[in-house]
Amino acid sequence: MNLIPFIRPRRLGKVNVPTVTLAHGGGGKAMKDLIDDVFVEAFDNAALAPLEDQARFDLAAIAAHGDRLAFTTDAFVVDPLIFPGGDIGKLAVCGTVNDLAVGGARPLYLSCAVIIEEGVTIELLRQIARSMASAAREAGVQIVTGDTKVVPKGACDKLFITTTGIGAIPEGRVLGAHLARPGDVVLVNGLLGDHGAAILGARGDMALDTAIESDCASLHGLIETLLAASPGARALRDPTRGGIATVLNEIAEASQAAIEIDETRTPIREDVKGFCEILGLDPLYLANEGKIVAVVPAEEADAALAAMQAHPLGRGAAAIGKVNVGEAGRVTMRTVFGGRRIVDMLVGEQLPRIC
Amino acid sequence: MKYIDEFRDREKAAVLVKEIEALVATMDVAKERPIHIMEVCGGHTHSIFRYGVEGMLPKEIELVHGPGCPVCVLPMGRVDDCVSIAERPEVIFTTFGDAMRVPGSKKSLMQARADGADIRMVYSPMDALAIARNHPDREVVFFGLGFETTMPSTALTVLEAEREGLTNFSVFCNHITIVPTLKAILDSPDLNLDGFLGPGHVSMVIGTAPYEFIARFYKKPMVVAGFEPLDVLQSIWMVLKQIKEGRADIENQYQRVVPDDGNAAALDAVARVYELREFFEWRGLGSIDHSGVKLREAYAGFDAERKFAIPNVKIADPKSCQCGEVLKGVIKPWQCKLFGKACTPETPLGALMVSSEGACAAYYQYGGLNSELEPA
Repeated sequence: MNLIPFIRPRRLGKVNVPTVTLAHGGGGKAMKDLIDDVFVEAFDNAALAPLEDQARFDLAAIAAHGDRLAFTTDAFVVDPLIFPGGDIGKLAVCGTVNDLAVGGARPLYLSCAVIIEEGVTIELLRQIARSMASAAREAGVQIVTGDTKVVPKGACDKLFITTTGIGAIPEGRVLGAHLARPGDVVLVNGLLGDHGAAILGARGDMALDTAIESDCASLHGLIETLLAASPGARALRDPTRGGIATVLNEIAEASQAAIEIDETRTPIREDVKGFCEILGLDPLYLANEGKIVAVVPAEEADAALAAMQAHPLGRGAAAIGKVNVGEAGRVTMRTVFGGRRIVDMLVGEQLPRIC
Repeated sequence: MKYIDEFRDREKAAVLVKEIEALVATMDVAKERPIHIMEVCGGHTHSIFRYGVEGMLPKEIELVHGPGCPVCVLPMGRVDDCVSIAERPEVIFTTFGDAMRVPGSKKSLMQARADGADIRMVYSPMDALAIARNHPDREVVFFGLGFETTMPSTALTVLEAEREGLTNFSVFCNHITIVPTLKAILDSPDLNLDGFLGPGHVSMVIGTAPYEFIARFYKKPMVVAGFEPLDVLQSIWMVLKQIKEGRADIENQYQRVVPDDGNAAALDAVARVYELREFFEWRGLGSIDHSGVKLREAYAGFDAERKFAIPNVKIADPKSCQCGEVLKGVIKPWQCKLFGKACTPETPLGALMVSSEGACAAYYQYGGLNSELEPA
């Protein structure tokens, strides 16, 4: 990738205090030191180094990856900041990479805007920044521009991160939630609900010790593998907030088709089932951060499934259901018990039942 | 999940459904009209919808989803009282999660929290007590809600608070009791029920004896049922068998959990801490005598109703709401004029749309997939 050549070497500032104060958001030397020492140091790339107000790209180089630009943004406010299987930094990179990838795009560049509550330790920021850098390296994307704001105590909860991503969609690749057709097969790449259960468990207010880890991962590699095996794939979505139930409803609605899934084929970890059982939650609505729902034509389903299962992030892949003729927009599930029920959009937030 | 999956077995379910079909085929009453069986408890309603049990039953059986969802039957005036306590600056208001969305006349607890009230979700009253210990400068109020299932844990928490000498902990007691409510339903002139699935967890506390009057005086069969879908199917079969044989008995399908005599320690804590109220207001059913409890005088220091000035204003249910008729099995949820139109889970007007255990919300969310049950 050709980047606008980097102008002049700069000496990077250093932070010498243990915590962030409002001075670090004041626009002066303290802010420059914080950005240099924590973010530039971690992200370390040629486009970021000049610290201009914008990153600059060679259009022809981007065009070599595809004929359309994909552009997406996502804000991350997860609590706790560090949880089993990841942290807010890794999540902020993987989440935006995945939002690009499910559109068929090859992720290229990310931005990173952070809002920091005064009093957060520099060490914590460093840890998060390094985690972002490592997730970006693994995903093969660069964090090329950013912004840092510090707000008074109580004005935000420790740390919020917004990442924006740019990617290029290879010619001929057309994916969309509206393209599912009766007969198509619904696939997922593995166990559902891990992220949601890990976060709820990590908050600690349930007094439940679980070994469940977030599935947080960048999925574009898996998606490239899947699309190579199933060039006719109709739709891909990452079932984050609202879980798989929400994504299936979106696809059924957009495609004006019915979808039926089979509970016995829907992969959910025993720990997650037990966790949901105790708290009265439904795992179909739990968030995932390393999963995709893929709708593929029946004739490509076996190949798509085999390709996913051969990828490290798709070992637990399964065909969980089908697109049917039927009431448009309706998602149903054949239950483990043999009955059928509607799987609707979630109303409000999922609240535990008392009895 | 061991000890759970066994009760969700598809093959065993198919066998039971066949048995039920065979039994119904021999019942004369089923040829004339549908057989109405009420599941009293919201936990059963949830299970029935969650596993699609209703659609597996022969069409001659209609399930009526009863009043046993404590969140649903909470009247608007009591929610207003909660909000008024929660909005006091010195108060940390603690509640079970599913009470958050219940609408009051002005706002729900969820909205009150957004407006700045310190409202925290807990999973046990003991969590609320821990908050009180950690915040000696604040008044911590626990929203005590539920039938006999949750009554003992609130009582034990009050006893523990007393033992520790905590003075900044109190309970806003809205606990209700099932038996007077069943009696009110059985006394209603438009009653349309052939039998009951009795509540499992309530019975774990109170045993099966308190239901004897249902069999003796009202001549209706009841089977105390477990919450797994196989429990529900088996209990339906047991009720049908009683109807077929012309019996009206209180039977216990949930023997692995429910002792016939209940739980003595739990009942003791309940008797020590609470006394019956003269009457309690129910959303959808109106005022029912002796259907609620309050803290005894000896525990007045832990009673939020005595500690704080509470508006205690009675707010009538919206006029067009037909929750009462749905509760008694007179109409189906989707036959209510408001169902799915003015009244949805996002903006519930009636009690039964409020919690996922409410009959209307369950219909709305999980749907009756049988064509006969489908809303027109």
